[in-house]
Amino acid sequence: MSDLSDTATQVSAIRAMIARHKRWDVIFSMIGLAAMLLGVITLLALFLDLVLDGYGRLNYEFFTSFPSRHAGQAGILSAWVGTTLVMLVTALAGVPLGVAAGIYLEEYAPRNWMTDLIEINVTNLAGVPSIVYGLLALGLFVYQFDLGQSILAAGLTLALLILPVVIVATREAIRAVPGSIREAAYAVGATKWQTVAHHVLPYSTAGILTGMIIGMARAIGETAPIITIGALTFIAFLPPSPVSTTPPFVSFDWLLAPFTVLPIQMFSWLSRPQVAFLENAAAAGVVIIVMTLAMNAAAIWLRYRFRKRIKW
Amino acid sequence: MNPEVQVAVRKATPAYNGAMNPPSKPELAATGASPRTASRPVIKAQAKDLNFYYGGTAQALKHINLELAEKQVTALIGPSGCGKSTFLRCFNRMHDLYPGNRYEGEILIHPDNVNILARNVDPIEVRMRISMVFQKPNPFPKSIYENVAYGLRVRDVKRRSVLDDKVEEALRGAALWDEVKDRLHDLAFNLSGGQQQRLCIARALATDPEILLFDEPTSALDPIATASIEELITELKVRLTILIVTHNMQQAARVSDYTAFMHLGELVEFGDTDTIFTNPTNKRTEDYITGRYG
Repeated sequence: MSDLSDTATQVSAIRAMIARHKRWDVIFSMIGLAAMLLGVITLLALFLDLVLDGYGRLNYEFFTSFPSRHAGQAGILSAWVGTTLVMLVTALAGVPLGVAAGIYLEEYAPRNWMTDLIEINVTNLAGVPSIVYGLLALGLFVYQFDLGQSILAAGLTLALLILPVVIVATREAIRAVPGSIREAAYAVGATKWQTVAHHVLPYSTAGILTGMIIGMARAIGETAPIITIGALTFIAFLPPSPVSTTPPFVSFDWLLAPFTVLPIQMFSWLSRPQVAFLENAAAAGVVIIVMTLAMNAAAIWLRYRFRKRIKW
Repeated sequence: MNPEVQVAVRKATPAYNGAMNPPSKPELAATGASPRTASRPVIKAQAKDLNFYYGGTAQALKHINLELAEKQVTALIGPSGCGKSTFLRCFNRMHDLYPGNRYEGEILIHPDNVNILARNVDPIEVRMRISMVFQKPNPFPKSIYENVAYGLRVRDVKRRSVLDDKVEEALRGAALWDEVKDRLHDLAFNLSGGQQQRLCIARALATDPEILLFDEPTSALDPIATASIEELITELKVRLTILIVTHNMQQAARVSDYTAFMHLGELVEFGDTDTIFTNPTNKRTEDYITGRYG
């Protein structure tokens, strides 16, 4: 026999209990919101501050002028050209090496303790402070290979820096290709290379490109290793042009030219006592951030484009 | 090959009940490798004392002896984990893709009498001769045309006219041509599950295999798609030898000529499908087909 008033007491007890438990939802959502806002607002404030400080200098002349003793005439021409060329070398050297290493580790390497050791250390390399790469590059590229304080030396240094990022991203992208697709290829008689080249690589392009761009976004802001190998802070000329109107039309002299990059230009301006140079530094900061954001946007777009036709 | 040529469906009994049909053939006392059958079929392949170890230690197959009759359907049945898929995958050396797996014994392919498990036989050569259709449809994220043509592409077939002809022939063979002929360059993922599985069959057929392996080809499909795949299997056996793993005993009864019952990595009983389903000699086979376990 059930008593109606008893049921009512029970229901109200249940409701009280649920209300008590749900308090934690409210409390946590408050903490989470605060934590998120703290991060986002701080970053936004920093960026806005940078934009407000540098806004007056972000004009056409700023991009087409060399650095100068006069803050008002100083520009970032040599810096952004230097950054672009160094990034080009980084991408051309780091991405093929990283992708090849990733494919080898994931598809070809025999499963033994050596491979395990290499895998663990590749991941660890991503955490090595960048200045250590700078010291290594100073000894290896600048002195041993006698590349000097050149765009090539800087590009190769940053390529080493992004190598672990590219390797890890490549392996993750490759691993996301289902085993059933690999088996389908092998089952019709494909070799390992045919399976990789026709299926595994094309289907993991999105992930590999994303990893490459994340690596490049890290490299573009690197200052320490570039300073270590001896980039100039004041440079009033451009590297020789890679293309010319006279045969042989292409020249690789630019690879060995001295250079500077955006973060170094920014750093050099920040260390000046005059307030006007701080304005230049802020403007250069905005340019770096916008370049980084543009690269990330490209990564998102590429990922979307390449994954559109693949669903598993 | 003309798909309109209807091959008589050998058995149409939807739910095969052992008690209903008396044995159609007098029982022979044969045991072991050869199916218990009156007429001796031409042998296409034979497993001889086959053992298989996963990761070098776990023995998944124990002393399997089995003969595949040419241009006939042989079904492998048995409870989950009995080793039937493992056995099937030995036939195209799929186990070689994963480290540590080990074969012992032989699988001979006739007429050239080559042991496909031998160390000096390239697994790729084996897969060029023996095609496989998997449990879940696994088309490549490419066009319908490229899916079917892929086996030819890895064989360096480049001439467009040859590819076109072969793709059409394979799609007709898989009873898919009429449904896809106007959209050959659509993505394979836009097909339904049953169509995707028939596409995978077409991909396996395009390379003119000697033996076609089916690993539970209908377990991911609805009953209508299942029926069309079963009908297809019956049509295909006119020109190739088929080995099929199935969970579904009615399916084995409907499509196969010979049935092998496996349990715990052993081949318990092998014979005419009729005999196995109506008059099994082994107690375990009887228990399984009457639904007492599995």
